[in-house]
Amino acid sequence: MTGPAHIFDKPNRYIGKPEPRADAARLLQGRGSYVDDQKLPRMVHAAFVRSPHAHAKILSIDTEDARAAKGVIAVYSGEDLAAHVTPYVGTLTHLAGLRSMPQHPLAMEVARWQGEPVVMVVATSRALAEDACELVYVDFDELPAAVDSETALDLEAPVIHPELGNNLAWERDMVAGDIDAAFATPGVHVVEREFRFGRHTGVTLESRGTVCDYDPSENQLTVYYSGQAPHMMQVIFSKHLDLPEENIRVISNDVGGSFGIKIHTYGDEIATAAAAKLLKRPVKFIADRFESFVTDIHARDHIVKAKMGVTEAGTIVGIDFDDLTGIGPFSMYPRTSAIECNQVLNLTGAPYVMENYRAKGRVVFQNKTLMCQYRAVGHPIAMAIADGLLEDAARKIGMDPVALREINLMADDSYPRSSATGMKLDDLSHKRALRKLTELMDYDALRDERTEARKNGIYRGIGFVSMVEVTNPSPMFYGIGGAPIASQDGATVRLDAGGALHVSSSITEQGQGTNAILAQIAAGVFGVDLNRVKVTTGDTATTPYGGGTWASRGAGIGGEAMLQAAQALKDQVLEVAGVMLQTGVETLDIQGGAVTDLNGTIRLPLADLARTVYYRGNELPNDLNPELVATRHYRVTDFPFVFTNGAMAAHVEVDIETGFVKVLHFWAVEDCGRVINPLLVDEQIRGGVVQGIGGALYEECHYSPDGQFLNATMADYMVPMASEMPDITIAHIETPTKTSVLGAKGAGEAGTGGAPAAILNAVNDALSPMGASIWQMPMTPERILTALDQAD
Amino acid sequence: MSRSIDISLRVNGEDVRATVPSRLNLVDFLREELSLTGSHVGCEHGVCGACTLTVDGDTVRGCLMLAAQADGKDVITIEGLAENGQSAQLQAAFTKHNALQCGFCTPGMLASAIGYVNAGGIADREAIRQHISGNYCRCTGYQSIVNAICDVIEEKSV
Ligand code: FES
Ligand code: FES
Repeated sequence: MTGPAHIFDKPNRYIGKPEPRADAARLLQGRGSYVDDQKLPRMVHAAFVRSPHAHAKILSIDTEDARAAKGVIAVYSGEDLAAHVTPYVGTLTHLAGLRSMPQHPLAMEVARWQGEPVVMVVATSRALAEDACELVYVDFDELPAAVDSETALDLEAPVIHPELGNNLAWERDMVAGDIDAAFATPGVHVVEREFRFGRHTGVTLESRGTVCDYDPSENQLTVYYSGQAPHMMQVIFSKHLDLPEENIRVISNDVGGSFGIKIHTYGDEIATAAAAKLLKRPVKFIADRFESFVTDIHARDHIVKAKMGVTEAGTIVGIDFDDLTGIGPFSMYPRTSAIECNQVLNLTGAPYVMENYRAKGRVVFQNKTLMCQYRAVGHPIAMAIADGLLEDAARKIGMDPVALREINLMADDSYPRSSATGMKLDDLSHKRALRKLTELMDYDALRDERTEARKNGIYRGIGFVSMVEVTNPSPMFYGIGGAPIASQDGATVRLDAGGALHVSSSITEQGQGTNAILAQIAAGVFGVDLNRVKVTTGDTATTPYGGGTWASRGAGIGGEAMLQAAQALKDQVLEVAGVMLQTGVETLDIQGGAVTDLNGTIRLPLADLARTVYYRGNELPNDLNPELVATRHYRVTDFPFVFTNGAMAAHVEVDIETGFVKVLHFWAVEDCGRVINPLLVDEQIRGGVVQGIGGALYEECHYSPDGQFLNATMADYMVPMASEMPDITIAHIETPTKTSVLGAKGAGEAGTGGAPAAILNAVNDALSPMGASIWQMPMTPERILTALDQAD
Repeated sequence: MSRSIDISLRVNGEDVRATVPSRLNLVDFLREELSLTGSHVGCEHGVCGACTLTVDGDTVRGCLMLAAQADGKDVITIEGLAENGQSAQLQAAFTKHNALQCGFCTPGMLASAIGYVNAGGIADREAIRQHISGNYCRCTGYQSIVNAICDVIEEKSV
């Protein structure tokens, strides 16, 4: 399947054009509608008493004073809510062997991380609810905590769930070829490093929150949800609050950033829905920044021991690694916390031809905040392992890292094919991307400049990454394992009486420009001006059923559904026009809001056609049944995922006195298939790169040995600021995927997945004259100075 | 629990009188009491810049100022900037450069940008980056925001 030229080359097409977003005006005038902007009649506010300990037995809870406090409507303990909410377990059947235990919205008997909600207070204002939280007395008996993932499996480690016997949640081995023999082959150089990837978190600027409203007269729960998967949440509320699915309406209006943070089941949000049901009135909960830090999912937290073998001539013979990752005390529901490790096992080295591969992944429980899928799940780890080792090997055998990639990257004409780990790959362009990148950055000149600068004691480095990104997932990602997560999406296109299109889709908007690209696709494919398309997303009551926007799937899957629906409506409208104009459908087209001849001459404005159909049906033959609405659904069928590729480079300067890294420039060449809107996709890639730089250089959740989160404020947890970010140059290669007519693949996570490896390599290039290297992220000044001290 | 204080101030050109708890901060007052929800709250401790407002012509953090401290002052929010036309050029430039994604940082970003432009800030990328470093954006790469602000300054200087 590839797109017929007429869809993409029409005079009134919009696909591929840098159209500004129509909804920008609303947000620029302060007219957005975020969850905390909701104000409903009789609405009350929730606050939570949270565990101050990483691991503690709850001996008793005294809520008497809190109940009597000013403005308090209700106080609930874990046990109170457990009577109304069934517990949930974060396991999926396709992740064989994954273990977790039932989770309740509020801790029962034992609290297992600092920040776990223990008691909920509902009052007439958030301030009064917080005041009353101070009056709740919980008697905790502190237990020894398993904090460090490296010792979590030790025999003497405290076991977080005694029922499970130890703290192992999941493990997986993956073997291809014979790595030991490959490494032992004469002439093969083996490089070996231990990588450490710190824990970080999403820090969406809008914190998590929800407003839940329950109407007992219709047994109807309406949830205002700041998130990415409304239909998934509908099922979860239904299942655990004992309400019919159809009686739950989940609405996502404006979402202030999500990045995978707001797509999980959080106890405080479930408790808010339960409270709304019990109190029969709207309840609002908005996490404050401290609550966000200690309860939003965390990400990464890997320790990886890895080796790569290369021949003298620069052929990679294989990779061998052991990944240990800590996920907090439970596997997150319903997506699980094993996917990240699984991705690391699946994706490491995927751009390269490689026969031998051995990987072991272990996922362990610990008394820290839950870890789960954040933007670019597993990718930053996988790319840093393979490309970090690759550049290390290049230094070892004295070869340029670009030349070494040239030897090992899969050839652009070698697809379809599989990776060493069995991933099905097609329509990739690694070599072209790398060449375009080196031209774009003028690699040769930059390299000379670097050599010159070193003579003056200025330590600059250049680092690369060649990467793949998992996008457009098929049912093989979640659905197959029993998760209530749709892998298909739907789109509806309706021609209104005035000649405008009203379209709706099950993919969601969190700022990427989802609504904008849906309008572009519909307008161009159907044939109206862009400003005549109105878009609805983010409402389970009014959109088709589907997965939402995550895993870089919105444009590729939701966009294709929209294309199909717009094409179907066009066919339907032309059938009516053919009858009205007494002419063959094959002689007609729709352009600029009118039915035209093939040469563009207007025959019938759409408004005239629609008004005839809607108001004066008497003018039409009785056997004509016009349908001016069309719905189509789309899912990826031939591949588990549609992979994209990219090549990125970082140019950094390391101050060897202070250890401070300045990123001078960053380049990204991305092949996300057909680009629907370059203006939107470029800035999305840049934003992803900036989050990747954050993970590489700044962001880390610091814990004390007893499991206290030490830097849970915006002042202490560093996110990238404008002054420390470089300009980022973006270029594209467009290799449309053959799995759809639209040909779009995802792009949203590429920057976050690739940037850390490029920055790591650039820093190590800069440090190489001193014989130093660093393998721990974030690469803070302190760690860089330590690396310099330890230089051989 | 907390004392109440009578205040009177101007908000977006309108006179406002209110009795507010002494602990209520300005951004919560604007959002909760006046339903001016364009100002956002990202951290409530003065770091993220989402609550940035203009008070008596100065750029301030709405979460670090108490409503009581706004007594007698002239407050302009994002809604006011749109209404009085002050943000029109920035709105156009932000749209053209796609200098926003989720839009949560945007009201604060615009307030900071207006402060920079009005103070005669020059179209120097580094200087602009420094100036908006008190406004976190988690979605864009900041580059488009810098481009947009440069654009506005350059058109103005013509
Ligand atoms: S909310 Fe005021 S600076 Fe973050
Ligand atoms: S646009 Fe989302 S935080 Fe800036």
